[in-house]
Amino acid sequence: MKMLSLAGRNLKEIYRDPLTTSLGLGLPALLIFLFTSIGSNVPADLFTVDMLTPAVIVFSFSFVIMFSATLLVRDRHSAFLSRLLAAPLRSSDFIFAYVLPFIPFAILQILVCLIIGIFIGLSLTGAVLLSLLVMVPVALTCIGLGMILGSLFTENQVAGVGSVMIVIISLFSGAWMDLKMIGGVFRAVGYALPFAHAIDAARAIINGAAFADINSELIWVTTYMVISIIAGILAFRWKTRP
Amino acid sequence: MENENLSRQYAIRTVGLTKVYGKQITAVDNLNLSVTKGEIFSLLGPNGAGKTTTIKMLCCLTSPSSGRAAILGRDTVKDSASVKKLINLSPQETAVANHLSVSENLVLMGRVYGLDKQSAEMRATKLIKLMDLGERAKDPVRKLSGGMMRRTSIAMALISNPQVLFLDEPTQGLDPKSRKALWAIIQRLKGHKTILLTTHYLEEADFLADRLAIIDRGRLVAIGTSSELKQKLGGIQSMTLRTENLTREVYEKLKSAYPSISLSRQELVIKARKLVFDDVANILRSGGVRITWVSMHEPTLDDVYLDIIKRGSRDENA
Repeated sequence: MKMLSLAGRNLKEIYRDPLTTSLGLGLPALLIFLFTSIGSNVPADLFTVDMLTPAVIVFSFSFVIMFSATLLVRDRHSAFLSRLLAAPLRSSDFIFAYVLPFIPFAILQILVCLIIGIFIGLSLTGAVLLSLLVMVPVALTCIGLGMILGSLFTENQVAGVGSVMIVIISLFSGAWMDLKMIGGVFRAVGYALPFAHAIDAARAIINGAAFADINSELIWVTTYMVISIIAGILAFRWKTRP
Repeated sequence: MENENLSRQYAIRTVGLTKVYGKQITAVDNLNLSVTKGEIFSLLGPNGAGKTTTIKMLCCLTSPSSGRAAILGRDTVKDSASVKKLINLSPQETAVANHLSVSENLVLMGRVYGLDKQSAEMRATKLIKLMDLGERAKDPVRKLSGGMMRRTSIAMALISNPQVLFLDEPTQGLDPKSRKALWAIIQRLKGHKTILLTTHYLEEADFLADRLAIIDRGRLVAIGTSSELKQKLGGIQSMTLRTENLTREVYEKLKSAYPSISLSRQELVIKARKLVFDDVANILRSGGVRITWVSMHEPTLDDVYLDIIKRGSRDENA
């Protein structure tokens, strides 16, 4: 119950901040509109709504890195975390309280993108919904990355490093350009990270692939999720140890 | 010292408590303190003296490099989980959840300390009234003034009804009116809770604390009640006299009795650890000097504190 109370507070900090909600929810919606309108003028498969929706979802998760990092670093620097650390809370209470609120936020991002996609022309099939299951590990990966940043860096540093991560996801996820076509270093780096795998898997499912066909992508994404969550927990515990 | 039994009769007890950062920075050096239950105890010291570090060790936020500390007999390192149930802390910085309202902040802290929702809400209502936050209880704390935020922060420390309360510079940055209001609230807690408060406002320590300790450069340099410190450690009394017909001869006679003397336009200022008006007056009158005005200045805690800190600097430089 203590953990849920703290998670509830963190959730309120998220949705009561207009910048978080507008960037996290408004921007992905805007991006779908913008890029599909580009796609209607430029004959590129990448900008059809089927291809774009999973891409924008993964890209919108990059903001979750910033939001989760910022929440944690502000608490660290404001002494609010000190107050909580002096309270009878366990490590697991903290970790869940800083991770859990971003899950409904990520789900909301997915829903917003989905609704906008449907409005533009995305067919709501079982495949579309199944593809979204691939997104959950990516969301958790980003939450873990946010915990790492929020634990290790100052508020100013989080802004800088977080921006770099958004650029990395933008460039190397295959959201806006076909990594396989570009090849070389771009492809190598992109497929060493989980984001391109998540987008490929979601797009494949939407285009009729079976769940079994995306096993390798799921393994990549799930492995990164586990590593980033564990690293986030370790970073948090290291920085808050007495 | 390591094996000493930390008695439950004390609310706070430290034995040889030391904190060293890195290899060179000794923030707290061999601190021995005993605070009895129900006492308001103040830790005084300049910036960087080790007050906040001491509180951090007592609140299990950082572990000591050596020595031990206990809260109501429970070791702060080995038994930190139990200690945390007994204490609460209002940190030096205003530590509130900015996007939550005053009442939400209080209920949150109540829940974090294990209260059910109803109890947390009831206590929050009482504390809002006590802290005079009723009008702004539903407003987000980020929209409140500094004084109200500080009162919210202290209320968050009280909601769990802790047996031991730590207030780290509770009135820092407040205007005099808000400070006095907060003093009144803290005074009302006297006897019901053990309070350790750190401050560098001497009048605050003088007003609130049953006993106080002065720490400087991590070391305990003085401990006792305000009166004890003023008597034991000096404080210098000061007497100012306006005179007529003061001669050099009389002045030299006074100076031999009271070396710390100054004269400016027939106004004498005499400083000594113990000053008796009659003694001074006798010397003056025997020389035909007329006293037209006199003022006595008893040592304040400021005098004691500055004297001790200055002595500490001198010893360090020597």
